[in-house]
Amino acid sequence: MIRYIIRRLLQVIPVFLGTTLLVYYMVFALPGDPIAALFGERQPPQSVIDALRSQYNLDQPFWVQYGLFLKNLFTFNLGVDFTQQPIAATLARIFPVTAMLAIEALIIQAVFGVLFGVFAGLRKGKLFDSTVLVASLVVIAVPTFVLGFVFQLIFGVQLGWAKPTVGANADWGNLILPAVVLGLVSFAYVLRLTRTSVIENMNADYVRTATAKGLSRPRVVLAHILRNSMIPVVTYLGANLGGLMGGAIVTEGIFNVPGVGNKLFQAVQRGEGPTVVAIVSVLVLVFVVANLLVDLLYAWLDPRIRYE
Amino acid sequence: MSNNNHFVAPVEETPLQATDSLKTDQAPLSLWADAWRKLRRRPLFIVSSLMILFLLFVAFFPGVFTSVDPGSCQLSNSEAGPRPGHPFGFTLQGCDVFARVIHGTQASLAVGVLSVICVLVIGVTLGALAGYYGGWLDAVLARLGDIFFALPLILGALVITQLPLFRENKSVWTVVFVISMLAWPQMARITRGAVIEVRNADFVTAARSLGVSRFGALVRHVLPNALAPVIVLATLELGVFIVAEATLSFLGIGLPPGVMSWGNDISSANASIRTTPSILLYPAGALSITVLSFIMLGDAVRDALDPKSRQR
Amino acid sequence: MNTVRIDEAGTAKDRPILEIKDLAITFTTSAGEFKAVKNAHLSIMPGETVAIVGESGSGKSTTALAAIGLLPGNGRVTGGQILLDGEDIAHASEKRMIELRGSHIGMVPQDPMSNLNPVWKIGYQVRETLKANGRPDGPDDVARVLAEAGLPDAHRRARQYPHEFSGGMRQRALIAIGLSCSPKLLIADEPTSALDVTVQRKILDHLDKMTTELGTSVLLITHDLGLAAERADKVVVMYQGNVVEAGPSLELLQNPQHPYTRRLVESAPSLASRRIQSAKEQGVEAEDLLAPAAEGTSRDEVLQVRNLRKIYKLRQGLGKSSDFAAVDDVSFSVRRGTTTAIVGESGSGKSTVAKMVLQLEAPTEGQIIFDGVDTAGLKGRELFTFRRRVQPIFQDPYGSLDPMYNIYRTIEEPLRIHKIGNAASREKKVRELLEQVALPQSTMQRYPNELSGGQRQRVAIARALALDPEVIICDEAVSALDVLVQAQVLNLLTELQGRLGLTYLFITHDLAVVRQIADHVCVMEKGKLVETGTTDDVFEAPQQEYTMALLNAIPGASLMLPPAVA
Repeated sequence: MIRYIIRRLLQVIPVFLGTTLLVYYMVFALPGDPIAALFGERQPPQSVIDALRSQYNLDQPFWVQYGLFLKNLFTFNLGVDFTQQPIAATLARIFPVTAMLAIEALIIQAVFGVLFGVFAGLRKGKLFDSTVLVASLVVIAVPTFVLGFVFQLIFGVQLGWAKPTVGANADWGNLILPAVVLGLVSFAYVLRLTRTSVIENMNADYVRTATAKGLSRPRVVLAHILRNSMIPVVTYLGANLGGLMGGAIVTEGIFNVPGVGNKLFQAVQRGEGPTVVAIVSVLVLVFVVANLLVDLLYAWLDPRIRYE
Repeated sequence: MSNNNHFVAPVEETPLQATDSLKTDQAPLSLWADAWRKLRRRPLFIVSSLMILFLLFVAFFPGVFTSVDPGSCQLSNSEAGPRPGHPFGFTLQGCDVFARVIHGTQASLAVGVLSVICVLVIGVTLGALAGYYGGWLDAVLARLGDIFFALPLILGALVITQLPLFRENKSVWTVVFVISMLAWPQMARITRGAVIEVRNADFVTAARSLGVSRFGALVRHVLPNALAPVIVLATLELGVFIVAEATLSFLGIGLPPGVMSWGNDISSANASIRTTPSILLYPAGALSITVLSFIMLGDAVRDALDPKSRQR
Repeated sequence: MNTVRIDEAGTAKDRPILEIKDLAITFTTSAGEFKAVKNAHLSIMPGETVAIVGESGSGKSTTALAAIGLLPGNGRVTGGQILLDGEDIAHASEKRMIELRGSHIGMVPQDPMSNLNPVWKIGYQVRETLKANGRPDGPDDVARVLAEAGLPDAHRRARQYPHEFSGGMRQRALIAIGLSCSPKLLIADEPTSALDVTVQRKILDHLDKMTTELGTSVLLITHDLGLAAERADKVVVMYQGNVVEAGPSLELLQNPQHPYTRRLVESAPSLASRRIQSAKEQGVEAEDLLAPAAEGTSRDEVLQVRNLRKIYKLRQGLGKSSDFAAVDDVSFSVRRGTTTAIVGESGSGKSTVAKMVLQLEAPTEGQIIFDGVDTAGLKGRELFTFRRRVQPIFQDPYGSLDPMYNIYRTIEEPLRIHKIGNAASREKKVRELLEQVALPQSTMQRYPNELSGGQRQRVAIARALALDPEVIICDEAVSALDVLVQAQVLNLLTELQGRLGLTYLFITHDLAVVRQIADHVCVMEKGKLVETGTTDDVFEAPQQEYTMALLNAIPGASLMLPPAVA
């Protein structure tokens, strides 16, 4: 297991370097004055331009620039935004909000998705199964931002069950509505994947053997069907973290959640290129690390992986 | 009961049949014909393909459904309710919602279809070559795929659309480019896996021993047998890409405001959500129904092409 | 009749432990109702071993699964009784079946690769069995159970995962699980058919010993009549869902009554091989019993393999690698018009030799000389011509035909590739080829998934023959087929050899098949050639211990049979 962790860690490094290089190259090394280009039509204050020039070391050769960019990234020296606020300080303030939102959404999709998926799978072809299957298709088809508006309208404005916008005071309770919106599409995917996986495992030879050993049905389901069915689900949850980030941008925008996604959304709409690049780089780092954790969980669930 | 009794069943009870005789009662069925026969019987497939055909018709001939010019907006009609000739009412700017929904179909479908074609061309080619030949090509592609995989679609699109090149030339094509560039690795991955599964099959080795060239075997035998998961993914991705376009347009980094699209309309309807939510709900509904059609089609196709359901 | 004596566990000594009466089982499929078992009956006395023999689809496994209440969801018992120690369990509640499974009825499944859960340690999978049946389940108990099944170093083994075990070890673990709670009845469904013959023999010997010690009755499911006769007291023959014949093993073998049983007895390779053997001992020439070999054809050496070696680099992480010799210094030659068999167990390198002869893999060292020409230098045009002359037939009848091609396209492909004839002449040739392999013309429009394994294998033969090759390499070409179909395909191959003067290089793990078809034998073990000679010499006077072990492992080797069955 230790060897697997080390090998996996070593694999993460080139991926992270490659991804940040890709992002950095696209923004700063393509022809044209990157600073001017980042602001488009607008003319930012000279002080901001100066700060950016020193932040990104644009007078240096490309590889030095990139090296310094990485160093800045790892020391959380992320530069300043349009209003000359340091981005790192802003992120430190808003990151916990997004983390809360993501955790709630992850719980919704993982816990409820698996639960519904297992019951649907075990009752394949029954009414519950068919209903859940059709419902999940509909949920998948409605884009997150449409869902956001609809839920905001119904539960926030008309029914008044939750505040339509979260505003400054984000807490676990306030975030439930946006978390539901954020987690719902993946919930449907997790449900369907779990269902397929459970059905496949129910017909596995080792499940029949487990029954032949004299195990009770609950034992067979828990130890042999569920455990094995979780393997593809965990892989999906890991891969889907990226989707969760994309969704967070939309969801936080709609519900006015003071999180990373909202900040990014505002930066995009105001055309603040440097802020976008800085935040995206941090998010890529988070994504890569989170995927590493998911891989370790995967290796724990499936011992075969560790011995490739 | 005695242990030594020797039981022999009467022969008439189980008449002896010729060993391994060929059953010729059914019409011959190719894999595709078999899948088609299964599809035809699935209500999910019938409903979704009818819906898609209808949507395609709307996209190509919007004039059949509305004669109102979606671009001519009069502020005097701002947020006005439905009236004859304008069944869905008017937007904040006083544009006809029905006409905009009808004319918006084209952009969504165009982005979806074109992106899927690009992703198929890039992903299938690279994935098949990597999976079939292996070696350094496979290693390079795997790493490249990992790098793109670490850049989630929306985040990647945010960065790319910041580039001056894109900011100044926004069009259907730039959106297609952004989506394809970020989405091909998944297609390549799936193709690669499917090709690896098939490439060592005995029928491929047999073809090689017959004198079929290495590349010939890939084209004639490996690829056709690796297509099922690719087709399923492509159908599902059509829906996913349509959502991606709408999301990007909603965020203001997709199609330019001048292009009629559901994403843009939903974005601008944001302002009227508390007063006239229907302005938002109509394009949102059209978008959802379109995506639902493709997701349903993908689901039906997946079931029909599932190799497990085909084994005897 | 004795008075019924009840032992401590409450079992009547002369009441059958399992009695199946008029059993009928029906499956509900999308195509309608399907009767998998129509009329099955058998009885097993305490301590007795009874074997059900039949081909795939005969209903033998379904009958056994019904006895432990594990029919698939769409199957149900529609008639008859299953009496376990006098209690009818055909319609017992799931609760009752859970009580009975493990402690009263154990099961050893067929495929050791798929029957252990890959995510749990072996020890856990044993322990949960003990626990569910209320037995002591400490680490020592687990180790004891594993050790009794013949797994050395059981404490350490219990902490390993299934993928760290070889096939034979997994099967031992499954036997350990099946017998861990000393059931009165053990259902063994083809318990060793996925294993190498020598491993198979060891495991069956051990299973015999354990069940004898425990006094467990065994219901053995097998397709191999020789194995059934050797291991069981009674044999039950099933055909198309019916029991067609049942009786004491030897009597049934020596005096089969039902035409199907007779057919089985005639074609079972292990028995056929045994028959040839005893015929030899009694002075009858083997040629009289075999199909005539291609006499009169020239006896030159069409294929010579000299000091062939194949080294694979095994990666051991972090840039290190070690050499692994899959084939190590192998030399043999094949004479035109004869059949040479390469025999070995998995990992012996026999298939790698076949691949190298087919020019699908390059040898690391050594020469392959085909018709006087070293094949190492063949490129382009010459290689293309070589491919015309040497053709393969592979093992897996489900994998060797492209599922996207119909049979016509499949057989026509070699002709098209080599640009032979026009559309009309190619169609004529395909028709001829189908006739040669005894398939009806209507097969042309069919797809591989519509054919049975044997039929697919014939199509593969027809495809191989399309280019009028001189040498055909059969890589386990009949191993996956039912015995009767196997015999049929072997006959076809022999007949084609006589008619077309073909040379066969026959790669197989099954010595019984070798006895029936080969003129020469090469025995391989771990990449090396350990023994070579004429089939008669190798079978009558094996020189190497390994060859002897292989010969002894042929099921039914110890049976005494008359030289020919009337």
